[in-house]
Amino acid sequence: MQDFSAAFGLAFSLIIGADADLIEIIALSLRVSISAVLLSGLIGFPLGALIAVTRFPGRQVAAVLLNALMGLPPVVVGLLVYMAISRAGPLGWMNLLYSPAAMIIAQTILVTPIIAALTRQVVEDMHKEYDEQFRSLCIAPHRVIAALIWDSRYSLLTVTLAGFGRAIAEVGAVIIVGGNIDHLTRVMTTAIALETSKGDLALALALGIILLILALSVNAAVYGLRSSARRLAYA
Amino acid sequence: MPASLLLPLEVDDLCYRIGPDLLLDKVSVAIENTGISVIMGPNGAGKSLFLRLIHGLLEPSAGEIRWAGRSLGPDTRRRQALVFQKPVLMRRSVAANIDFVLKPQGGRYRQRRDEVLHEAGLYRLRNQAARLLSGGEQQRLALARALATNPDVLLLDEPCASIDSAATLRIENLLRQTRERGVKIILVTHDTGQARRLADDMLFMHNGRLLEHGPAAEFFAAPSSEQARAFLDGKIVI
Ligand SMILES: Nc1ncnc2c1ncn2[C@@H]1O[C@H](COP(=O)(O)OP(=O)(O)O)[C@@H](O)[C@H]1O
Ligand SMILES: [Mg+2]
Repeated sequence: MQDFSAAFGLAFSLIIGADADLIEIIALSLRVSISAVLLSGLIGFPLGALIAVTRFPGRQVAAVLLNALMGLPPVVVGLLVYMAISRAGPLGWMNLLYSPAAMIIAQTILVTPIIAALTRQVVEDMHKEYDEQFRSLCIAPHRVIAALIWDSRYSLLTVTLAGFGRAIAEVGAVIIVGGNIDHLTRVMTTAIALETSKGDLALALALGIILLILALSVNAAVYGLRSSARRLAYA
Repeated sequence: MPASLLLPLEVDDLCYRIGPDLLLDKVSVAIENTGISVIMGPNGAGKSLFLRLIHGLLEPSAGEIRWAGRSLGPDTRRRQALVFQKPVLMRRSVAANIDFVLKPQGGRYRQRRDEVLHEAGLYRLRNQAARLLSGGEQQRLALARALATNPDVLLLDEPCASIDSAATLRIENLLRQTRERGVKIILVTHDTGQARRLADDMLFMHNGRLLEHGPAAEFFAAPSSEQARAFLDGKIVI
């Protein structure tokens, strides 16, 4: 018990003192996960919207597949990316293994299906509402998709948040392709795992607390944005 | 009054069925190129289906539809605008709803947008969220957006069904101005008063069939079908 309270005390002093190692780890975590979420949005929004509005054979299958991919186990993604980018792999020549870029790739693969699948649901509902009006106005398909994405922007913010939550919290993929190398690829989750196993609870706790605060404040910000959107009947 | 280039509208033996139900039964009509044609009839008569069919949003089960001799397609639809009974407004400001249809036309769309909003009496509300407007204002915005596309033909599905009489009056005035500009208007309503105020010619539908078509004065003076007579007398028509 004494250990625990000592650990808590140390954790807070690390946070309040803005410990350099701590800051470095947090900054890398944010950089990797935000990059991955941005890339996933770039792919996932248009992909989800496209599946929502186009009628093609196998569309149901695509939707089910996308939903299934939302639950991809991070370690499996990590393993597959590892095989692709390790020296013997097809992308070995790019020298990506154990780099932040590798972690971004792995998290992008993890998050894109989440964003695409949730986007499909959101956009499909709105498409039902707008479809006849758009057909009446003879709106070109690419404008239909852009308009649907823009008009569901507040719902898609929540979708993005779900993706970010997944990225920032996962360990399995980043530890395999990043290697948890100090000052290079160490992020919050891998550091927590390592420090806990070493028995250094203070740093692990400090990171855990930051991770929680981060999740809470991002959620609060999105909640605030969404309720102001609802007041404007934009959501 | 200038004449619309897309007219006349010729409909031959138009049928529409869903499963076993014959919802439109051999509707044939020719609609001329000026003025306001009003389609009246009780609920479920097939008025909305007819409007969607002639606009090209639904495929006929049988029969033919021609605008100025041409069959339906994106070309004809692009020159028409349909205002739906329940306005579909985008989750944007009033001005952005107009911009959405003006942008593809290119050029200085802001000026045109402001004109359109002034005309509809919505300029003062231009920065408001479209979906927070009152029912009458929403209908006016939907109408303004339709007019912004510069249609040759304006189709309206009960635009005043759920708004009060002052708001109705404003819409009717807008429609009269539009008629003076030479836009052909086909208006669905089940409000006899509105039909009397606006119609140049009258169509009366009942049970998926077109029972009457003729000049408004004649129709109101002496409707030839029993159903239309009962409808005008305010009786419940089934
Ligand atoms: N998608 C649909 N599926 C089945 N029945 C429909 C559909 N759309 C319209 N109907 C039926 O067709 C008839 C005519 O509908 P409608 O054109 O909307 O009537 P109204 O004259 O009131 O506008 C109604 O009996 C309606 O129930
Ligand atoms: Mg109707």
